[in-house]
Amino acid sequence: MSTQNTHPVAYVRREMLDPAAPPPGQTGVIRWMRENLVSSWFNAILTFVALYVIWYVLSGILPWTLNGIWNATSLNDCRAIRDARGLESAACWAVINERWLQILFGFYPTDDPLLARLFHGEALAAAGGVDTVFNGGLNATQRIEFVSAMKNQTSNGLILFFGYWRPMLALLLLVVAVAPVLYSSLPRSMLLFSLAYPFVAFFLLWGGSVWLPVLVALGLVACILIGRTLASRFGMLGGTLGGLLAFLLIFMNPLSFLGITGVFPLLPTVQGVFDSILPWGLAAVSSDQFGGFMLAIIIGTSGIVLSLPLGIALALGRQSSMPLIQWVCVAFIEVIRGVPLIVWLFTASLLLNYFLPPGTSFDLLLRVIIMVTLFASAYLAEVVRGGLAALPNGQYEAANSLGLDYWKSMRLIILPQALKISIPGIVNTFIGLFKDTTLVVFIGLRDPLGLTNAIRATSEWNGIYWELYIFVGLLFFTFCFFMSRYSMYLEQRLRTDHR
Amino acid sequence: MNKKVFLGALTVAGLAAGASAAATLDDVKARGSLKCGSNEGLAGFAAPDANGVWQGFDVSLCRAIAAAVLGDAQAVEFVPLTSQTRFTALAAGEVDVLIRNSTWTFSRDTDLKLDFKGVNYYDGQGFMVRSDIGVSSAKELDGTTVCIQTGTTTELNLADYFRVNNISYEPVPVATNAEGQQQYLAGACDVYTTDISGLAATRATFENASEHVILPEVVSKEPLGPAVRHGDSEWGDIVGWTLSALIAAEEYGVTSANVSELSANPTANPEINRLLGTEGELGAMIGLDKDWAARAIAAVGNYGEVFERNIGEATPIGLARGLNAQWTDGGLLYAAPFR
Repeated sequence: MSTQNTHPVAYVRREMLDPAAPPPGQTGVIRWMRENLVSSWFNAILTFVALYVIWYVLSGILPWTLNGIWNATSLNDCRAIRDARGLESAACWAVINERWLQILFGFYPTDDPLLARLFHGEALAAAGGVDTVFNGGLNATQRIEFVSAMKNQTSNGLILFFGYWRPMLALLLLVVAVAPVLYSSLPRSMLLFSLAYPFVAFFLLWGGSVWLPVLVALGLVACILIGRTLASRFGMLGGTLGGLLAFLLIFMNPLSFLGITGVFPLLPTVQGVFDSILPWGLAAVSSDQFGGFMLAIIIGTSGIVLSLPLGIALALGRQSSMPLIQWVCVAFIEVIRGVPLIVWLFTASLLLNYFLPPGTSFDLLLRVIIMVTLFASAYLAEVVRGGLAALPNGQYEAANSLGLDYWKSMRLIILPQALKISIPGIVNTFIGLFKDTTLVVFIGLRDPLGLTNAIRATSEWNGIYWELYIFVGLLFFTFCFFMSRYSMYLEQRLRTDHR
Repeated sequence: MNKKVFLGALTVAGLAAGASAAATLDDVKARGSLKCGSNEGLAGFAAPDANGVWQGFDVSLCRAIAAAVLGDAQAVEFVPLTSQTRFTALAAGEVDVLIRNSTWTFSRDTDLKLDFKGVNYYDGQGFMVRSDIGVSSAKELDGTTVCIQTGTTTELNLADYFRVNNISYEPVPVATNAEGQQQYLAGACDVYTTDISGLAATRATFENASEHVILPEVVSKEPLGPAVRHGDSEWGDIVGWTLSALIAAEEYGVTSANVSELSANPTANPEINRLLGTEGELGAMIGLDKDWAARAIAAVGNYGEVFERNIGEATPIGLARGLNAQWTDGGLLYAAPFR
């Protein structure tokens, strides 16, 4: 028998005590402040200096912003209201209140017949009905008087949704089209709409006959189908040649050098037939009516979408073992990247006209989109090349040893890794491209900054600066911030190395 | 060899451009609208209202031409041009006429291959300073900093004037009038110089306009007028005579209010009759119908009405007629006879 338990023990705790609260000063806000703000005398000084600076800046900005005047008819009116309220300084947000549609859309035409029908039926009837007012009964002067009077009585919100329904719908569909590309959890079938979106957007924004975008899309599909069919029968070369020939017949006139027109290209001929049978379409809008933040979105989005594949192709071309391709790509990248964007824009807007045959009116907006795309793609090529160079040689060798050909090894092994590495650089380029769209102001396109100048030139708002610039800045910030956040999300999602 | 080919291509392009330019009137009629090169925004001269309709002194002349040629004052597409791009855009055929407060100078008229077709506003370069620096004459501006728009004649005039008067200054280049205003207000420069009309418009927007003075010296001649391409005299005639029609209308007392009455039947004044097409066939000589001038006047009013509505003393800009009065009132406006 053991005697171990016979020794009496004075006290044995049978259960655990609850942990005691940490001493005051070691917890919560106080501890956080002590550790982060005043951990040493130097940090304490920095903290107080920083607090003073923040207070100083905010005490200047916040009253000015929050006391802002939203309803006034002119800058002088604003100043009078401010003085009447006894304020020292106040923002004159009234200019934004009156002109925000102009900053967003420039002078893009509103759908006036729709506005008139929906909200001013009586005035429209008094003026003689839709056909009289908008379809030739009145001349431009009388029509503009009617529309101006109508818009003065319609709130900007209504004009946004009903007057500008075309760009608004295009923007909404842009979100739908981009979503499946950005978020892989969405159904893949939505990608079909993403492919069709450029044609839908073109139709909504530029208007004209519905058959043009439809037939262009069908023509492209036809080229691809013909190429594929021929490729399965006659091999790669036959397929490419067949596809090219189909493209030539549909979109160009291969017989123009013989002076034969009228048959080819097939596209306008077919379009003419469809237009005569079913003349569907929207009112056409020419490119020089585009403006405002919409212009930045159009140029930016097209540039981003088009420059990514081009940039990747250039990066691959630069690494190619075929000297001709390599030289061409190197020359392209260095020339485009070595010249300022503004020079390319001036080239697009002014010089091209001298060299193109007279009478060719090559759309200025299209010229700008092409130049911006080329410029961004040269930068992208170098970013992607950085990603390609960062991959260890073993990846290339592994791909080769699996027996993959060049395109398959790129598509399945090299590019997914290289692009993942390049995401921050790519998004950086995109954000830069988006902000560079404001440079088009120098070639006379009405970007948001150009419009602030125009608004300032009216006698009501002459002399107003900060409010307009802040508004434009906020618009750009919203978009760039979204892009930056998305790239961080994408990096998180693609992080496969379990760091 | 390559150079030759290149030059050859240039020549062909140039010839072709000339050929296409020769029929601006036909182009405008076929298009149904006038492409008018305008300022991106200059108070009183060109600015869009809240509904996007352009208004202003220069804009009115564009509208008058559209009314004369197309019968519709609103059938104008305004192409905003910067001071750097304006002449190239006109030469490249992107606009039909340039009415963008551009100064008529020898080299622009000849070397740049433009034709200035008259003067719609006689301006001159002046200086604005804060009244508290105690300067009452431009000759006292020695050692000051001057805000100046680049790419304009004012830049060259400034250099000339200060060199002649042996004044040293430090230029602060600005790109636009808006930037100039802001720099001047922020104190980046002591002096802001541009055309007097621009100074008056700028000063009108200041919160304390009385703290700024426009100095009495006018250091340059700035005849601002509409310009067209060399080599299309028919189109140039239309532009020039539309301007003359507005000026003559003021001289003869034809206004937008009474033009329809005066053009209905011949009046006692044969000059008015020829102007408004109730006598003679002047319109046919420039490829238009006989009511062309009456339409232009009905659309925008005569020169005096255009002036008072956009930049006159009743507007915030508040310019006096000065040199821009009729010759009968001691100004420089003098329309050639309609005969």
